[in-house]
Amino acid sequence: MKIIYLDNNATTQVAPAVAEAIKPYFSEKYGNASSMYPLAAEAKKAMDIARAEVADLIGAAHADEVIFTSCATESDNTAIFSAVRSFPQKKHIITSAVEHPAVLHPFSYLESQGYKVDYIGVDSQGRFNMEQYKKALTDDTALVSVMWVNSETGTIFPVPEIAALAKERGALFHTDGVQAIGKMPIDVKNTSIDMLSLSGHKFHAPKGVGALYVRRGTRFTEFMMGGHQEKGRRGGTENIPYIVGLGTAAVLAKTRLSDGSLPRMAALRDKLQNGLLASVADSRLNGDPENRVPNTVNISFGFVEGEAILMHLNEYGICASSGSACTSGSLEPSHVLRAMGVDFKFAHGSVRFSLSDQTTEAEVDKVLEVMPGIIENLRQISPFSRLD
Amino acid sequence: MWDYTDKVMEHFRHPRNVGAIANADATGQVGSLVCGDALKLTLKINKETEVIEDAKFETFGCASAIASSSVLTEMIKGKTLQEAAKITNQDIANELGSLPAEKMHCSVMGMEALEAAIQSYRQGGKPVVYEQQAEKIVCHCFNVSEEAIIKAIRANHLKTVEEVTFYTKAGGGCGRCKGEIQKILDKVNSCAVPEAPKTENKKFADLTIVERIKRIEKVLEDDVRPQLNIDGGSVELVDISGNIVKVRLLGMCSGCMAAPVTLKNFVEKTLREKLDPSLTVEQA
Repeated sequence: MKIIYLDNNATTQVAPAVAEAIKPYFSEKYGNASSMYPLAAEAKKAMDIARAEVADLIGAAHADEVIFTSCATESDNTAIFSAVRSFPQKKHIITSAVEHPAVLHPFSYLESQGYKVDYIGVDSQGRFNMEQYKKALTDDTALVSVMWVNSETGTIFPVPEIAALAKERGALFHTDGVQAIGKMPIDVKNTSIDMLSLSGHKFHAPKGVGALYVRRGTRFTEFMMGGHQEKGRRGGTENIPYIVGLGTAAVLAKTRLSDGSLPRMAALRDKLQNGLLASVADSRLNGDPENRVPNTVNISFGFVEGEAILMHLNEYGICASSGSACTSGSLEPSHVLRAMGVDFKFAHGSVRFSLSDQTTEAEVDKVLEVMPGIIENLRQISPFSRLD
Repeated sequence: MWDYTDKVMEHFRHPRNVGAIANADATGQVGSLVCGDALKLTLKINKETEVIEDAKFETFGCASAIASSSVLTEMIKGKTLQEAAKITNQDIANELGSLPAEKMHCSVMGMEALEAAIQSYRQGGKPVVYEQQAEKIVCHCFNVSEEAIIKAIRANHLKTVEEVTFYTKAGGGCGRCKGEIQKILDKVNSCAVPEAPKTENKKFADLTIVERIKRIEKVLEDDVRPQLNIDGGSVELVDISGNIVKVRLLGMCSGCMAAPVTLKNFVEKTLREKLDPSLTVEQA
């Protein structure tokens, strides 16, 4: 059965050009970038090029503002702990209620260590509560960490504005940019963002490589202590093959920002969204319909449970994900949907489709064809659908 | 991706006995929309033999919840109520081959719905919603729970049944629960349910390592860090060995020329004053 892959916010296929670019760095150009012979110089050069490519994608003013890491979770942890260690006298930190666990867990750890934490809420469409944020900022705020794009709903937060306000109060600003990269133009040099995390496997590089942008002049304390790699900012021998892959993926992503890929993706996404909302009763959109990345749509189907929907979609080779409690092993539905105040009868039945530039209209049509039957089938089993 | 057995997937794809029996002899319900899973079980029961002649279900939930409900209806059909009542959630899981550990509550839901349905039949067919077992009530005259009694014994160091009655009213009515109260007293006072040990009067050196860490941390937090913070610095506890406390100065303090002085004249002095005069502070 042919796979219809609509879960690109979870991970993406490694682009063929990326896989090709990586290959020589396994068994031919395998030098350690720190060593003193041509084989090493070759590796070092490849890494420098990749660094410039990633810097170019995010609009960094200088390539050395990019630190390579093993993943965005490492980048997020590095940024958060660096900020609080660099400003030990400040005891207040701010984030949003809908962050990825890679941000939420370090924050709750710091909370347990005596930090005062403000979790800024969102409205029913997942929009950042700017008023609450403005009131939360104080001179004691060491760090504000707010994601750029929400992975579950695709909602875009006004990060440049949030960053500027943080800067006014002398707080460092970090953004988890994982879901924004490649889906919208980013130009960090013209913002007040101090640090930005990104992850390779969300834009067609392999899993196991990420980066942290740190603006020049930002106080920094390393997270991975070790050798002098990355100018002492991240110990550990550089993963040259994957870093090369990340660079190549960055070039491809940059191209897609202007070659019409994004509007085409948005059109297919809109077709999927409008089709589903029209053909399935008691369904509704989660997230901000205006400020949203072009590849993501999250829809709740009332009175049915998300995992059961996904299992039926599997029958057709359709890959998607759900904010349902049952898909995570926890007993509660997605913290993002709950922060948005989504009613429980809808929260358990949410399905997220996330497209890539490889998604075809035929694939979207297939989902539109099978989805009404799946929901109807499950509602016939459900004791609730007839109660209302 | 869950590791579902073929049988789970088969029952999920083709659930048996879906629906609700009209004029059912028993209706058991469990769960809710809020919980994320719910099951309504209806039964047709032969009044003479108490054999379950038909069973139908409606389930809101994930694949394993649907499969558990479906297989349950197959398991109970043809059984007497007495036989059916013996079915455990493990039996349901076994019938499906197995369930992932995180999904065992789906089989529990099946067992609970069945329990509620049997109760419903015994009560004349009125639908019964399964409720979690409330806390164990010891004294029925005054509705006092075991938990409340244990709490009172601990908080007030109670030694006799009479004292428990004074404090909680338990045992003060018909008096039938006095034996049980004595058992609870024995259990709590024999340290079968140990209370947190009291430590206030112990000497610092006799404390456990965890307690020493906690106390040092508290002094650092309350008396040391606020002062260091004024100069943009801080301190963290690294290790304790005997009466040597190893700390690391942070922020502006780290690398400060005056660090050794700060360590001895301020950090060490404060810890000695607050905790134990024999303590020595060293830079980690």
